[in-house]
Amino acid sequence: MPDDLNTEYLDEIQSGDAYAVSATGKDFDKVVGVSATLNAQKENWTWHMSRIHLHQDQSAFADLFQHFAPRVKAFLMKSGANESLAEECMQEVMATLWQKAHMFDPSRASVATWIFTIARNRKIDALRKQRRPEPEDLPWGPEAEPDQEDVIALQQETDKLAEAIAELPEKQRELIQQAYFGDLSHSEIAEATGLPLGTIKSRIRLALERLRHAMR
Amino acid sequence: MTTINHHLNAEILTGYAAGTLPEAFNLLVATHISLCDMCRAELGALESIGGAMLDTEETVAVSDNALKSVFDLIERNPKDPILTQPPTQRSAVFPSPLQDYVGGDLANVKWRNVGGGVRQSVLQTSRDASIRLLSIPGGAAMPDHGHRGTEMTLVLQGAFIDDGERFGRGDVEIADEHLEHTPVAEVGQDCICLAATDAPLKFRQWLPRIAQPFVGI
Repeated sequence: MPDDLNTEYLDEIQSGDAYAVSATGKDFDKVVGVSATLNAQKENWTWHMSRIHLHQDQSAFADLFQHFAPRVKAFLMKSGANESLAEECMQEVMATLWQKAHMFDPSRASVATWIFTIARNRKIDALRKQRRPEPEDLPWGPEAEPDQEDVIALQQETDKLAEAIAELPEKQRELIQQAYFGDLSHSEIAEATGLPLGTIKSRIRLALERLRHAMR
Repeated sequence: MTTINHHLNAEILTGYAAGTLPEAFNLLVATHISLCDMCRAELGALESIGGAMLDTEETVAVSDNALKSVFDLIERNPKDPILTQPPTQRSAVFPSPLQDYVGGDLANVKWRNVGGGVRQSVLQTSRDASIRLLSIPGGAAMPDHGHRGTEMTLVLQGAFIDDGERFGRGDVEIADEHLEHTPVAEVGQDCICLAATDAPLKFRQWLPRIAQPFVGI
């Protein structure tokens, strides 16, 4: 980690920043403290998630809710839910966010991505009336906290991906949106060429390797 | 983790990330990813497209008391109950998503003999595709895949050889109607596979050619 980040982090502690230090959070709070500094301009949802996980912070949850709840509801309606079903499912998705906060691993997914997967699974369950088999999870134990470099790197890659998607021609972006939000069959999905997925994949791979190593 | 040489393709992983695959395929994908960090990472990358789309999605007004309703839901059930389940034993043959459908590990499978020493067990999923466990004696030919629709075969124990290539634990063979193949189980341990297809159900086509005359399905 570059020294200037360390210094920023120390400044933050010295200035009495409330969330950079925590008795229970150890390195985890430090992680999000640093990335909160890095992305002072943007909302830092990872920080909100750690507040929910470590401190059951209702106001952090309310902030997350305000941003994501209307988007999750829109996603469910685009997927074919009527307004009242979408509202009901959205509330369940948002509750899951709290209930599973300890499962969220910021070195493997952004908060938006994690919420997307919860909403997607709820959609399959509620709209298609199917079970959604999920891979065996790799929960991080007490020894396996996410590496802060991994967290920051993944966040940067996720930002780049969002920019790349924003720059896509309108038609291609619509197709991707239909694939992920609608029910366009997977064979119709144009391969998301040109999107910087390779680097995200390498980042997640690295985080998984660290996790496996820590679990050993 | 074992070394896996044959992986899921981008099309299948994108379908899984977007949530558009039939349940049977989802089960096979979830089982493979439980064994394969390379595909797990690729899935994570594909899911991040969904995350980016969600983040920039236009909004729909939620009900006035939505936040309070969510806190009520949370109060009733503060923690995810799923977590109280013990993790799968490391010695298990079946990863947890498959165990959920079987109701246990390899020893709990309700096999049905289909002739030639081959056994199968159909797992219950939605009807748009089907999935079954197959047990092939070492050295025997695999059931004819029929070359219809998309078919995926995931090895869980033992191995099979197809066209000079070896498929061991964790490896997936993906076939469409154009692929002509004759997989043969490697001599030794019984080969246990999970096989999913979106072709219309034709049981006969899943039986070993040699066994077909004796089985009246």
